[in-house]
Amino acid sequence: MTSGSDSDALRLKGITKIFGGVKALDAVDFDVRAGEVHCLAGENGCGKSTLIKVVTGVYRPESAEEISLFGQTLSAITPVQARAKGVSVIWQDLALFPNMSVAENIAFDTLVGARPRGVPFAKMHAAAAEALARLGVTLDLHAPLETLPIAQRQVVAIARALMNDARLIFMDEPTASLTQSETDRLLDIVRKLSADGVAVVFVSHRLAEVLDISSRVTVLRDGKLVGVYPTEGMTQAKLGELMTGHLLESTVSARAATGPVVFEAKGLSVPGQFENIDLTIRAGEVVGLTGLIGAGRTELAHAMIGMTRAQGTMTLLGKPYRPASLRDAIARGLAYVSEDRLSLGLLQKQSIADNAAISVLHKLLDRFGLIAPAKKDALIRDWVKRLGIKIGAPENPIATLSGGNQQKVVLAKWLATEPKLLILDSPTVGVDVGARAGIFRIVRELADQGLAILLISDEASEVLYNSDRILHMAGGQIRHSYDPRQTTIQALEAAIYA
Amino acid sequence: MRNLMKNRQIETRIFIALAAICIFLSLATDTFLTLGNLTSLLNNSSVNLIWAVGLLVVLIAGGIDISFAVATSVVQYVAAKFLIGIGGGNWLLGFIACGMVGISLGLINAALIHGFRIISIVVTIATFNAFFGLLMFFTRGRSIYNLPDWWIDRIALFEHQSADGAWSQLMMPVAVMVVCVIATWVLIQRTNLGRQIYAFGDNPEGARRAGVNLALMQALAYGWMGLMAGIAALMQVNIVQEVVPNALYGRELDVLAAVVLGGARLGGGKGTVLGAVLGVMFVAVTQNGLNLLGISPFAFKMIIGAAILVAISTSNMNLGGLVATRKEGAK
Repeated sequence: MTSGSDSDALRLKGITKIFGGVKALDAVDFDVRAGEVHCLAGENGCGKSTLIKVVTGVYRPESAEEISLFGQTLSAITPVQARAKGVSVIWQDLALFPNMSVAENIAFDTLVGARPRGVPFAKMHAAAAEALARLGVTLDLHAPLETLPIAQRQVVAIARALMNDARLIFMDEPTASLTQSETDRLLDIVRKLSADGVAVVFVSHRLAEVLDISSRVTVLRDGKLVGVYPTEGMTQAKLGELMTGHLLESTVSARAATGPVVFEAKGLSVPGQFENIDLTIRAGEVVGLTGLIGAGRTELAHAMIGMTRAQGTMTLLGKPYRPASLRDAIARGLAYVSEDRLSLGLLQKQSIADNAAISVLHKLLDRFGLIAPAKKDALIRDWVKRLGIKIGAPENPIATLSGGNQQKVVLAKWLATEPKLLILDSPTVGVDVGARAGIFRIVRELADQGLAILLISDEASEVLYNSDRILHMAGGQIRHSYDPRQTTIQALEAAIYA
Repeated sequence: MRNLMKNRQIETRIFIALAAICIFLSLATDTFLTLGNLTSLLNNSSVNLIWAVGLLVVLIAGGIDISFAVATSVVQYVAAKFLIGIGGGNWLLGFIACGMVGISLGLINAALIHGFRIISIVVTIATFNAFFGLLMFFTRGRSIYNLPDWWIDRIALFEHQSADGAWSQLMMPVAVMVVCVIATWVLIQRTNLGRQIYAFGDNPEGARRAGVNLALMQALAYGWMGLMAGIAALMQVNIVQEVVPNALYGRELDVLAAVVLGGARLGGGKGTVLGAVLGVMFVAVTQNGLNLLGISPFAFKMIIGAAILVAISTSNMNLGGLVATRKEGAK
């Protein structure tokens, strides 16, 4: 090894990790330079998490040709060594303490230990403030963590890593639940860390972000290394292809909608949320609704499904429509796949079958008014086949599925209600690139079958490629309508982030 | 002060409720706001308060303990037998014996919970029954009256005779209670161990990943509860001057209710010593008030139940928020 061993934060060669006969990692090489922002890309199940756990000492690999951390060759990494060497992971769940103060969360590791001692609050606060200052952020150090928005909790988690003299930080999908402007701020912080000499390994499903922030990207597929690429000159399409192994078509799928009007809103307003919205959706049409989070998109959807009362008029299939509740809206033929799929859309501990059937239990009754298992089985089999959901057994808990397949179960649940209008709110959050294509294929098929669809997304590319008409919402108003065939991603993004 | 009210909302709320009741009782009765009544309130609450701060630590750690009241009875019986057996003993030996037996019983709970990964409510319901069953079996329900003199001699910290000849006294258990309350506050607010207990109750997985010794946390929480049970055992005998095996049976739920009323959360990570003390005093003053007003004691349980429901169902309402909405409405 000649090239730059001093500047390497981490060098792994030939790492193999086996779980129950399956190679989760198959002779993978991975190296990170000091101060570099490096992206680890791949579909769910490709081995990214396993690799992170090898580096942090959670897993011991079955075989390894070389492991070295900051120039020191090791036979294996233990959690203690990883920590001592300044390796830190910011997990998706952040592993913070909601009821404790910001300062205590940041400086928590100084409290750990069995030997009793007093808490040096003044010192802790000073250290926490210093760590935040390194990130260029000020937060109320006394505030309980739970009072902070997710984006700021993320900052707290990063500051906590810095307190441990982190020199190599892994971030596992840090932007999954952030808005665009919060994401931008986080990326700024990552740049600052990198300039400070801290290496950051970034895991994200948002390819635009990956290309924006990192200098190199390591792609894994099915536990094998696909390659290490500089991000300069790399495109999202190319990266997606490397990750999935097949060409991902990103073509505008828009057509002129000719079906009858399914839903129409005129002068729809909810004070403080959005105002004077006119919206028409035809049968077989996919209307894309984009804009920054906070533009009023989700609020509009909530008014459409009766979760909030709006002023103005709505008609559904030509008849006046004033939903009094979500139940009412569902009965009239609306379906809403919520933004926060994990907490709102699914009962995580229940089985796949129960999740899929929950919205149509009344259709599965036998003549005694009890749930008929045969009807339920038929329903599940039907939807699993129609949507191509990959499941083990319908009795397994939903939590065993990947993000993409969970999203399909949510779709199945709503489609089983036989809706006329389907509202999809950010359907690809936390879904990897291959599964995204699958979901949009289904969306297009459903439209072809005559379903009216409102697709809400804050990613311009999603609405551009997958809808027939694009509405841009900002500040509670629809600013502009675009024809995907006559606009470009650049024009759209310029409008959204203007 | 505003910060304090913001971060200590539950405590502020129960303090206001307690103050309101005190003012009402002062006006409605001429017996409530007397030195005699207030000192006897404190004397009678000291055992509950000692238990409450112990239980608070367990609740903060994300656990629960149903067994501490009967454990206290076990401590009393074992310690009484031991002290009588060695010829009487003294206060120091009494503290050591009661403390050690109490801690041991607490550690049994901790070991079962941590060792077998059984949830705490199941373990402590089991040990509640086991402790009580064993106690009744070995004592055959018989009480002990011939206790050492030092143990049952009442020590007054403060005495006052009012003009009408009535005595007001503050007894030693009150001082011991104050020490327990302060010690618990220091433990959970001012030591690294206490902060780790908070973190453990708040996010066990996060604490584990940060390297917190989870077995130690369980041992500390239940051990502290056991120590408090041991001290409560010693004090309760000093107050009632006898050891009756089933005297404390059933007291655990009253204390649990009071601590929860004071803002401790079943589920961990939340709760303060101030809140627990206010919760116990709220319950005590309510009961005292009902007695003074001559209302049926059955109304007491009903009122405490209602108070808990009100406290819990409004605990998400933000005091600052209420003020802010009113302002907005006014404009």
